[in-house]
Amino acid sequence: MINKSLKELAQALATKQISSVELSTLFLDRIERLNPDINAFVTVDREKTLAMARAADARIAAGTAGPLTGIPVAQKDIFCAEGWTTTCGSKMLANFVSPYDATVIRKMHSEAGMVSLGKTNMDEFAMGSSNETSYFGQVRNPWDRTRVPGGSSGGSAAAVAARLAPAATGTDTGGSIRQPAALCNLTGLKPTYGVVSRYGMIAFASSLDQGGPMAASAEDCALLLNTMVGFDERDSTSLNRPVEDYARDLDKPLNGLRIGLPKEFFGEGCDAEVMAAVRAAIAEYEKLGASCVEVSLPNSHLSVPAYYVIAPAEASSNLSRFDGVRYGYRAPEYGNLDDMYMKTRAQGFGAEVKRRILIGAYVLSHGYYDAYYLQAQRIRRLIANDFVEAFKSCDVIMGPTSPSTAFKLGEKAADPVQMYLSDIYTIAVNLAGLPGMSIPCGFVGGLPVGLQLVGNYFAESQLLNVAHRYQQATDWHARRPGAID
Amino acid sequence: MSLTLEQVKRIAHLARIEISDDEALTTQGHLNGIFQLIEQMQAVDTAGVEPMAHAQDVSQRLREDAVTEVDRRAAYQAVAPETEAGLYLVPKVIE
Repeated sequence: MINKSLKELAQALATKQISSVELSTLFLDRIERLNPDINAFVTVDREKTLAMARAADARIAAGTAGPLTGIPVAQKDIFCAEGWTTTCGSKMLANFVSPYDATVIRKMHSEAGMVSLGKTNMDEFAMGSSNETSYFGQVRNPWDRTRVPGGSSGGSAAAVAARLAPAATGTDTGGSIRQPAALCNLTGLKPTYGVVSRYGMIAFASSLDQGGPMAASAEDCALLLNTMVGFDERDSTSLNRPVEDYARDLDKPLNGLRIGLPKEFFGEGCDAEVMAAVRAAIAEYEKLGASCVEVSLPNSHLSVPAYYVIAPAEASSNLSRFDGVRYGYRAPEYGNLDDMYMKTRAQGFGAEVKRRILIGAYVLSHGYYDAYYLQAQRIRRLIANDFVEAFKSCDVIMGPTSPSTAFKLGEKAADPVQMYLSDIYTIAVNLAGLPGMSIPCGFVGGLPVGLQLVGNYFAESQLLNVAHRYQQATDWHARRPGAID
Repeated sequence: MSLTLEQVKRIAHLARIEISDDEALTTQGHLNGIFQLIEQMQAVDTAGVEPMAHAQDVSQRLREDAVTEVDRRAAYQAVAPETEAGLYLVPKVIE
């Protein structure tokens, strides 16, 4: 049961082969047994979960169930969920019990009838690529427990890879769904900016943040995405578009698909064996009827520099709300108001978050704004235009998700720049606001490799189709880490 | 470009983050490493390029000037570090 797809689980629930309470208990028991070692979950609340499962069983019995009613799922701890501790991986919010639901949570609970198994570990305020900046400790990669699961949605990735949950939510500001999906052998999708509501999703860089599904297959991602999307009055950047079924095109043949291979993603900087796995995947696509064309993203090498101006600038503004007044941590001892702010923020934030706030404060300060912030925004435009140009000659862009497989815990923790460069292939996609995916495409030394797929704006269905057909022809995505139980 | 220790301390103050001399020194090293990466941007001629603030080229929506939210003050104040009589408490600001 634990390895079943969402479709199979839905069928098992619909045919009363298993109840949601039984299914949820199965996963809760696995979490209890295996989480102490993996540390994928930071909050589990058996009673809350089982209450949702009972409600789901009632819906199923009453015949009012939706396609995923009763299916348990793990929630990244960046999504506010009413009555649940919502920490965002930070000491600042270690005791914050959210008084409201994020739109994504509300949709999944109230509309879809899904059951939350708990909140998953993450890099503090989603700032990191290894899950090592979490206040709640590092997460171990189920494929090799001496290695990172990736980040920032590292807990969600490890939870699904270890089958502590059938699927999970993640968020992606610079690669935080795709990179951990690659490192843990999952399928992850970052939708077009504006498709998934950001209301109640704790803000890091508001012009880049986007929630999305992480699961074992493209089909699972499509079904989960269906429950997450939709126009939301409460998010000023939410896009009002017609509702679509993201699973509708899964089986379309790939004949005539034009794959763009950016020459910048196939040069130096990527591990040779990772690259070989990516090339083998592209060869498989050619067998499936696709053709390849070389494209160019000439400004892509500027994406990491531009991102490390734009994202920290937005973060320094967003995180100014954590001042010890309305919610979250307040320093136990302080003098005047200013001193309270200074001590609260010094004690409540970890080192990486402070670094990014400082970068942001600097690039926005008088005299540096034009040289850094505006220049970064101009480069952002150049990067977005590169994609527009590339999509004139192809339907989907492919390349590696991450330049290496999962690295060792601690390996890059002391060097921020090395850590930042692990997102070198994913960041440009966020800057442009395009949808991107990572799908499993092989192994190097027993560690998973991810293939990145980038689509044009609102091409989620097409990306899922392209991913699904590959997963019908290969079994990389179905491989599970050994020695979990 | 390279940040001086004084600049690091000044930014930390602007961001309202208390920082010790030791921390300032470590932070200075890290920030300068990061700015070295960022400096690559300066070699690019972006004259005439419109800055891109956002992924979607749409304007802000307007809505009816009507009350849409219910009063949830008690629930929101329940998570505050210190409140009294419906007010958030902070150290005395005006003597």
